[in-house]
Amino acid sequence: MAEAARAKPKPTPETQHFWDGTKAGELRLQRCDACSNVYFPPRPFCPSCASRKVTAFKASGKGKLYSYVINHRPAAPGFTPPYAIAVVELDEGPRMMSNIVDCPQTPEALVLDMKLEVAFEKLDDKITLPMFRPAKG
Amino acid sequence: MRRNSVAVVGAAETTELGVIPNMSQIQLHADAALNAIADAGLKLSDIDGFATAVESPQQVCHYLGIKPTWVDGTSVGGCSFMLHVRHAAAAIEAGLCKTVLITHAESGKSMIGKLPRSIPADSLQGQFEAPFGVYGPPSMFPIPVLRFMKTWGITHEQIAMVAVVQREWAAKNPRAMMKDPITVADVLNSRMIAYPFRLLQCCLVTDGGGALILTSTDRAKDFPRKPVYILGTGESVETPMVSQMETFNSSRAFKVAGPLAFKEAGIAHKDVDHLMIYDAFAHLPLYGLGDLGFMPYEETGKFIADGNTRPGGKLPLNTNGGGLSYMHSGMYGMYALQESVRQMRGIAPAQVKDAKISVCHGVGGMFAASGTIIFTNEK
Repeated sequence: MAEAARAKPKPTPETQHFWDGTKAGELRLQRCDACSNVYFPPRPFCPSCASRKVTAFKASGKGKLYSYVINHRPAAPGFTPPYAIAVVELDEGPRMMSNIVDCPQTPEALVLDMKLEVAFEKLDDKITLPMFRPAKG
Repeated sequence: MRRNSVAVVGAAETTELGVIPNMSQIQLHADAALNAIADAGLKLSDIDGFATAVESPQQVCHYLGIKPTWVDGTSVGGCSFMLHVRHAAAAIEAGLCKTVLITHAESGKSMIGKLPRSIPADSLQGQFEAPFGVYGPPSMFPIPVLRFMKTWGITHEQIAMVAVVQREWAAKNPRAMMKDPITVADVLNSRMIAYPFRLLQCCLVTDGGGALILTSTDRAKDFPRKPVYILGTGESVETPMVSQMETFNSSRAFKVAGPLAFKEAGIAHKDVDHLMIYDAFAHLPLYGLGDLGFMPYEETGKFIADGNTRPGGKLPLNTNGGGLSYMHSGMYGMYALQESVRQMRGIAPAQVKDAKISVCHGVGGMFAASGTIIFTNEK
């Protein structure tokens, strides 16, 4: 029996630019042209001031570990427990859920506020996920 | 809304709670509804307002044979029933209906006739959370905990005490699922579910339901039970994505709903005799104590660890045993409301002596939504 696969995102017209970005090796956020608010997840207007004039830009890909769980059970399809589900606070301000790679999935190794950098993981020709790993240096 | 203009005149849970393999979810709604109608001394034809969550109002109204002139299908997770109480009180006051029935039921354990919960791959959760391995509430609800602990200096032992104290309350309740005493060591050695939380810090999974009947206070004196008045109410929502909460140090939805209810009730925290804070997981009472303004967040863990919320303590909290030990069918808010009503009627298994004001605070869809109802038994 084939192993169940990880849940795969299906882009919408409003999020396609984000997934085009990860495929191209860029983490894209949006900034409001009117009030400079940087926000996530993607939408074609500013959730702070309602302006429709917003611009997608390439983020630094740097952030820090805001919080996490190490999931033991039940495990999501495509995951081998224990695995950490993390929330990363990006240097630009927004937070996003991700996984921490190249790092033991233990409370000792996963220290809050540790510096992280984006690492892209290709799922298929359409979808590349933004993962994070401990920042080098 | 005017204080005490609407009262609860009927309240009941399903005949059985726990594992109910001989009843579908819709029949659990009916079982709870019929029990509440009997409790209020009414007939089904007396009901002209109806509210429920997850199941549609039309589904349950048709099954029960109710012809409402007002319906509310607000479905924002486990606190939906707090919101229904708030909306029903406003509707009664506005003259849209006279007698409202609110039902909850869930075949959470036996899964008979239960609607599937799924996350579409093109929703925001499907795109930006599900791919990272979240899989049901145990993997999502505790995600803020480590940050909350670090910010406010809360320890693992203090959060474990939430489960220990609630088991003490459950031991007094014949209908509680789990009654055997536990220790902090038992909690911290129980099976790991999603670090930092272990089995005994996660809610039960059971079958059951409950129903409430509300009417205007001027009619309430004609009912067989002692009326329980609605003194204050509040509600709010934040985000269905736990990763997108404004902060993990508190809940914005709690901080809106709770203070709204206190303001409407015109009471201070010292006036509260009895408190329910929806405990799907062990950290929620700490968020609730802080967000509702009972004390600074830094003190919440110590307050519980010191025994202030246990039987005989100065702030009796989750006196039915809570979602951790009493029951949790998936949407626990109705059971918290039922316990507040029992306490105000003076008939709870672990009755708080002379309790006059009960605060009942709910959470829904992880931290997505919140509703707070303040009850009193004095006009």
